[in-house]
Amino acid sequence: MSFNPTFNARGAFAIFKNELMRMFRTAFGSIASPVITTSLYLVVFGAAIGSRMELPGDVSYGSFIVPGLLMLTLLSESTSNASFGIYMPKFTGAIYELLSAPVGVAETLIGFVGAAAVKSMILAAIIMGTAALIIDYQVVHPILAFGYILLVSATFSLLGFIIGLWADGFEKLQIVPLLILMPLTFLGGTFYSIEMLPEPWRSVTLVNPVVYLVNGLRWTFLGQSDFPIWVSFGATLLFLLVCVAIIGWIFKTGWRLRE
Amino acid sequence: MTDTILDIRGLEKTYKSGVKALDGVDLTIRRGEIFALLGPNGAGKTTLIGSVCGMVRPTGGRIEVFGKDLAKHWKQVRRDIGLVPQELSFDMFDKVIRQVRFSRGMFGCEPDDARIEEVLRSLSLWDKRDAQIRALSGGMKRRVMIAKALAHDPQLLFLDEPTAGVDVELRRDMWRQIDALREKGTTIILTTHYIEEAEEMADRVGVISKGRILLVDEKDAIMAKLGRTEAHFTFDAPLPAIPASLGEYPLHLEQGGTCLVYRGGDGTGKGKREVAEIAQVMAREGIVFTGMETRESTLEDIFVDLLHEPEVTA
Ligand SMILES: Nc1ncnc2c1ncn2[C@@H]1O[C@H](COP(=O)(O)OP(=O)(O)OP(=O)(O)O)[C@@H](O)[C@H]1O
Ligand SMILES: [Mg+2]
Repeated sequence: MSFNPTFNARGAFAIFKNELMRMFRTAFGSIASPVITTSLYLVVFGAAIGSRMELPGDVSYGSFIVPGLLMLTLLSESTSNASFGIYMPKFTGAIYELLSAPVGVAETLIGFVGAAAVKSMILAAIIMGTAALIIDYQVVHPILAFGYILLVSATFSLLGFIIGLWADGFEKLQIVPLLILMPLTFLGGTFYSIEMLPEPWRSVTLVNPVVYLVNGLRWTFLGQSDFPIWVSFGATLLFLLVCVAIIGWIFKTGWRLRE
Repeated sequence: MTDTILDIRGLEKTYKSGVKALDGVDLTIRRGEIFALLGPNGAGKTTLIGSVCGMVRPTGGRIEVFGKDLAKHWKQVRRDIGLVPQELSFDMFDKVIRQVRFSRGMFGCEPDDARIEEVLRSLSLWDKRDAQIRALSGGMKRRVMIAKALAHDPQLLFLDEPTAGVDVELRRDMWRQIDALREKGTTIILTTHYIEEAEEMADRVGVISKGRILLVDEKDAIMAKLGRTEAHFTFDAPLPAIPASLGEYPLHLEQGGTCLVYRGGDGTGKGKREVAEIAQVMAREGIVFTGMETRESTLEDIFVDLLHEPEVTA
């Protein structure tokens, strides 16, 4: 009967477990689709088109796009899983239980965002495994790569959580991932080095935040990228803190949560 | 004061739409009682429950649970509050037992499969424990909602229309459940449209309308205060007037003198006694009546009367 009102660890774990189970209820779909997508990209871009690409340095095009593809999946999966996770109980009304339970912002975030981030990490591992079967690539800084993937997963799960709270219909749930994240990712150097772009496009690209994300991850894989690594780490961390602050405000005011 | 479990003072809620759903509610609930909150649609029952359980942010007033200020100690206090909301709402694709375990965990309780089994058995859900919730009937789904609310053994339980849309048999079954909880010492606040339910279950009854509590009292006291006996004596030949020997009783003639109507009593049995006396007097005096019908007013009549009384404005 020991209950610690400062942090309800059992509550946080219950939400976390429930969310992971929900996300893997359709395990086949949620694992098979990123595997297939990644394979297709690698075969088409890496093998077919990549052989005609000239990259700065002596990097093969295949190993160049693996971190880009990984980032593509991490951003979309983290955002959509976390947004769906919190949107569903709002939609079915099951959110009443979360609101009536002794769980606060910390427990809720660890539960929902933690589960979404863990799922993204699992997908990342699957994608890297799949890629290794198709092409030859290396990870120069494995620990930093792991840390960066974790940071990105957590950050975009937080963003997804905010989107899920904000959305009051399925349409809004799709808008951000589809209309903002997807284009930014494609234009963010996933499949090319921004050094290959002529001015003014090169400078225009620099305002796209995803460029820094992709390059950060690419640095941990290849040991080289278009920017210094600390710019990427710093920018991602800053974005994470902004998301946490927004969520803190949401819980304090009850916006879109409590009537 | 020691037996007060919930104390609400001057509670107000105005929704963003401008609807004033709660307009200065004062309410004190005693430990161990069953309290029925009666009121028509839109009276503010769900809003009141939501204010205690965290779905609604009150715009005024104060709530104390277990002697603690809810606004300050909400986390500590919610650990011991359970809620069965009005609407069926859960992850329909999940299995029964997993949902119940999930609820228990969320409220910070250690896993306890024996307790989960006990709860499921008590609600006749044990055989359905591995069924997907969406495959259950409506009544069974409602039981799952109750099982989820009981999984963390709350001391204070809110049931928002627990028997809405439930057939008679299941309703009786739920009444038995509620009784069993009372035996265990759980305090229960239920809302209902069925006055029968309040009459059957509750120790005390509160009537709410338009966001205001109109009346709170012991169910028996309400019956005594507002309860009435009504009796109809019918005659083949109309009576010209009320017999002088019956002058002291609250009687009047209806239907051109063929029906003598008694309205009186106070819920203590006085009404029945007086009706018997009237019958004896008439028999003694040779007044022949051909039919006699008596009826005790129910909480329902009282309720309807209350709501139709012209509003007492301050
Ligand atoms: N989320 C909301 N936004 C705006 N108004 C609301 C909201 N919820 C309830 N109301 C209004 O507040 C009033 C009280 O509603 P409430 O649901 O508390 O009534 P109730 O007594 O539970 O009714 P019922 O018996 O139908 O369940 C109603 O006028 C309702 O329209
Ligand atoms: Mg209601």
